[in-house]
Amino acid sequence: MNSITIYESIVPLLAVVVSMVAIPLILISSSQPKLREFWTLAASIVKFSLVFSLLPGVLDGKVAATEIVQLFPNISLSLKADALGVFFGLISSFLWIITSIYSIGYVRILKEKHQARYFASFALCISSTLGIAFAGNLLTFIIFYELLTVATYPLVIHKGTTVAIKAGRKYLVYTLTAGVLLVAAIAVTSQMIGQVEFQAGGISEFKDLSPLTIKVLFVLFVGGLGVKAAIIPLHSWLPTAMIAPTPVSALLHAVAVVKSGVFGIVRLVGFVFGPEILSQFGLNGVLVILAGFTILVSSLLAFSENNLKGRLAYSTISHLSYIVMGAALMSPSGLIGGLLHIVNHAILKITLFFCAGAIYVNFHKEKITELNGIGRAMPWTMGAFTLASIGLVGIPPVNGFMSKWYLGLGALESGQIIVLIILLISGLLNAGYFFPIVYRAFFKESEEFKSSKEASKWMVVPLVFTAVLSILIGVKPDLFFKFFPLAVQISQEILGV
Amino acid sequence: MIQAHLPLLIPLTLLFFALLIPLFGTKVPRSAYFLALSGSFLAFLISLYGLGRVATDGAISYNMGGWAPPIGIEFILDPLSSFMMLIVTGISFLVIIYGYRVVPEEHPQTQVSYFSIVMLMLTGFSGIVLTGDLFNLYVFLEIASLASYAIVALGDKRSLVASFRYLMLGSLGSAFYLLGIGFIYFMGGSLNMKDVSQILPFISGEPAVIAGLIFVVTGIALKMALFPLHFWLPDAYSSASSVSVALLAPLGTKIGAYILIRFLYFIFEPEYVTTTVPITSIISWLSVAGIIYGSIMAIAQDDLKRMLAYSSVAQVGYIGLGVGLATPLALTGALLHIMNHSLMKAALFLVAGNLQIRIGHSNIQKFNQKLRHTMPWSMAAFSLGALSMIGIPPTAGFFSKWYLIVSAVGESQWFFVFVILLSSLLNAVYFFRVIEKVYLSPSKESLTDLPEEEEENKYAQNEVSFSMLTPTLILSACLLVIGILNYFIVNNLIDLMIPSNF
Repeated sequence: MNSITIYESIVPLLAVVVSMVAIPLILISSSQPKLREFWTLAASIVKFSLVFSLLPGVLDGKVAATEIVQLFPNISLSLKADALGVFFGLISSFLWIITSIYSIGYVRILKEKHQARYFASFALCISSTLGIAFAGNLLTFIIFYELLTVATYPLVIHKGTTVAIKAGRKYLVYTLTAGVLLVAAIAVTSQMIGQVEFQAGGISEFKDLSPLTIKVLFVLFVGGLGVKAAIIPLHSWLPTAMIAPTPVSALLHAVAVVKSGVFGIVRLVGFVFGPEILSQFGLNGVLVILAGFTILVSSLLAFSENNLKGRLAYSTISHLSYIVMGAALMSPSGLIGGLLHIVNHAILKITLFFCAGAIYVNFHKEKITELNGIGRAMPWTMGAFTLASIGLVGIPPVNGFMSKWYLGLGALESGQIIVLIILLISGLLNAGYFFPIVYRAFFKESEEFKSSKEASKWMVVPLVFTAVLSILIGVKPDLFFKFFPLAVQISQEILGV
Repeated sequence: MIQAHLPLLIPLTLLFFALLIPLFGTKVPRSAYFLALSGSFLAFLISLYGLGRVATDGAISYNMGGWAPPIGIEFILDPLSSFMMLIVTGISFLVIIYGYRVVPEEHPQTQVSYFSIVMLMLTGFSGIVLTGDLFNLYVFLEIASLASYAIVALGDKRSLVASFRYLMLGSLGSAFYLLGIGFIYFMGGSLNMKDVSQILPFISGEPAVIAGLIFVVTGIALKMALFPLHFWLPDAYSSASSVSVALLAPLGTKIGAYILIRFLYFIFEPEYVTTTVPITSIISWLSVAGIIYGSIMAIAQDDLKRMLAYSSVAQVGYIGLGVGLATPLALTGALLHIMNHSLMKAALFLVAGNLQIRIGHSNIQKFNQKLRHTMPWSMAAFSLGALSMIGIPPTAGFFSKWYLIVSAVGESQWFFVFVILLSSLLNAVYFFRVIEKVYLSPSKESLTDLPEEEEENKYAQNEVSFSMLTPTLILSACLLVIGILNYFIVNNLIDLMIPSNF
């Protein structure tokens, strides 16, 4: 493996800032929808290109970094596009393009209000997500993490109804409390060891801390990150936040918010505590238990949910914990599996939400029991839905299989047979709550859905595209984005093998 | 040689304009505004220049009438006082710009005397900050206090009672202060701050000195509204007029905090006030109580101005906590918070003033989403100020809290860490309550069925005038800029202020 060299470059900064620049442009052109949509799309494409341009360097072990401004005697606002950052940055900036296209169709048809605010918040969200991806230290991380909380709030309450306002409150209570815990954890880290830079394999000064401090820090960090990662019992904001418009849910679930949480956990395991300390104190075991519990319980909860988006939400909670599990196993294959699941789950879940949104736009149906025979009216949409469900259950050749396979290998490598069993059961549970929807859609009949009626092309094309992408990546994992080699490289960096 | 005169030049300028205003104002009432504006702008420029000189060349001392210090009165422009002067003059300049429309409207008969009193109050503030003499400080304290009782009294119909209470308690505070320095003078035989600080180590064991210290701290605590001596504040702030409160809330309590810092760490020694007479830990605990009390009371308020006033009680607690923790890092946090909170509170009270002018009340329950359409800029400024009060990075408010948290961690004061974090959440509760009303609460004539364009048309913008909006926006923009540049300020200014004997 190549050694890592760091070079000064402002590309990471540009990638973060480009969508912030788009915000005033979007707000100025609030009376011209076409121009506003152009800004959104232009920013998303520029952003993705910038992140993508970092990929070859990262694969060569060259890390672009920039220090923007000093924030504290020993900490600056620093961005560092390392392998893990680029990995997360790539998938989120890519899916932003798709979500933008889909959003345009969605808000046009539903004639949503406050579209300028909607797209502006969206842009701020994605800027913060990239900031989280490229954060070089914990203080930079928390700045963007809190910014993400604030930027998502207007999206959650977008509908402005009483239910939405309540959901917004719940969202804020959970995420702001989490933010406060994280601030505490980072302040303690900064004061006790004098630095907060991320280091592959863990910040080395952590070894000098007392066992009690390490345990308390672990609780604070996991409490802070666990809310966005929706680890049970910190999850309940997520199903409530389903009240948001569907593209927002898609972004929340697949790309920005929850993935920032699990990304934070991967950073925590690999770049703050480090595998050595975690296993020394048995803390990774705590994570494994939490994740395993979450996977099973939320899969079971998904059964009882008749609201389509609600069921998807519980499914998200369970799949996020796959990723947490992958990080907590701390074996090479487990880590690779967890990382790949960030990508795979993102693509699959965004497809499912796009489908849910398309159904809502077309027929205003939200309940699963109302979907009998909808496959006839919307064959493309429900086809994509089926494919994505298969992926999440973990059947080849859709990409979800691959990450589960590696997670399973990881479980064996670290000798945790029970984890393997949990994964298998969860696969069955996934089948149990997804396939009935597919069955209803295609094999039951209803008077309502006789003639074919797909949603707008703006919506159908993105969702078919992501479904196809999930197969392509499933068949050829190092395709174009090189997610697989990146994941291997990250796991080598963290585990040092 | 203008440089040597800089310390005196600032209060003198302000005093000069305070006297000019009635002179011209009786003939042309409108001239009062422009005189006040030019006076405060001039003072701001001098402060800016002074800060630059002090940062490069070190402290500048000026002897009144050419009498050498222990006999004569000394004025000192050191890093701490020049920093405070910049805050005082900068914010007062912006708030006075704001007064262009508001003051004639709120004080139609009395605008000339109003501006004159404002300038006198600023003279008092700058005198307090710059003087190097304990008794002279008392004189300026009384000038500033009397002026502030007067401008509070010029508010709405409740203001007379509020002002009377403020006067009683404020006078009590001044009396305590005077009593305290009397004790110290009696024992040490000097009133010059530098002189006293050199004499004190020899007499520090005397009960009279300890009593003096306690009297002084009590007096100042009353002035800065440190819990539980804050009674006067909510009434005084919520009944004062927009400009008055935008001057008093950011500056009045901070001047108290300044005297406290001056007294504890420059006149007395850090070691003396932390260990020999552990008055700092009392201050910390009272501050912490104030943080919780102020935040909870703020949640219970229905009136925006009252809510902000109680929030001030809590925020003064942060400053008190920074002072009480008595480490360089904590003091840095306290000083940073003096600046940040001045900016935030000024911005927020200006928005409250904007609301008062446009919709005639500041009752949170009656806010609705019409405001978002009619006053988008004011509401954006409010949201930014609110985020900074909560302490969301990268706004300024985050960083002062960060310093306080880190220093509390360093001292292993876990309860203080907990309170700071808890209060962030409480802040979030009462600020998001307002934000929710403004952005989401439906207005009476329900327009939810109308498409977006018609809704926009229905609520034509009714933003406040340029003279009011500009200062509001500048102040809230400062919150972002200062947040990001906070280390620059800490490194180049605040580090110079921390006394070397820490």
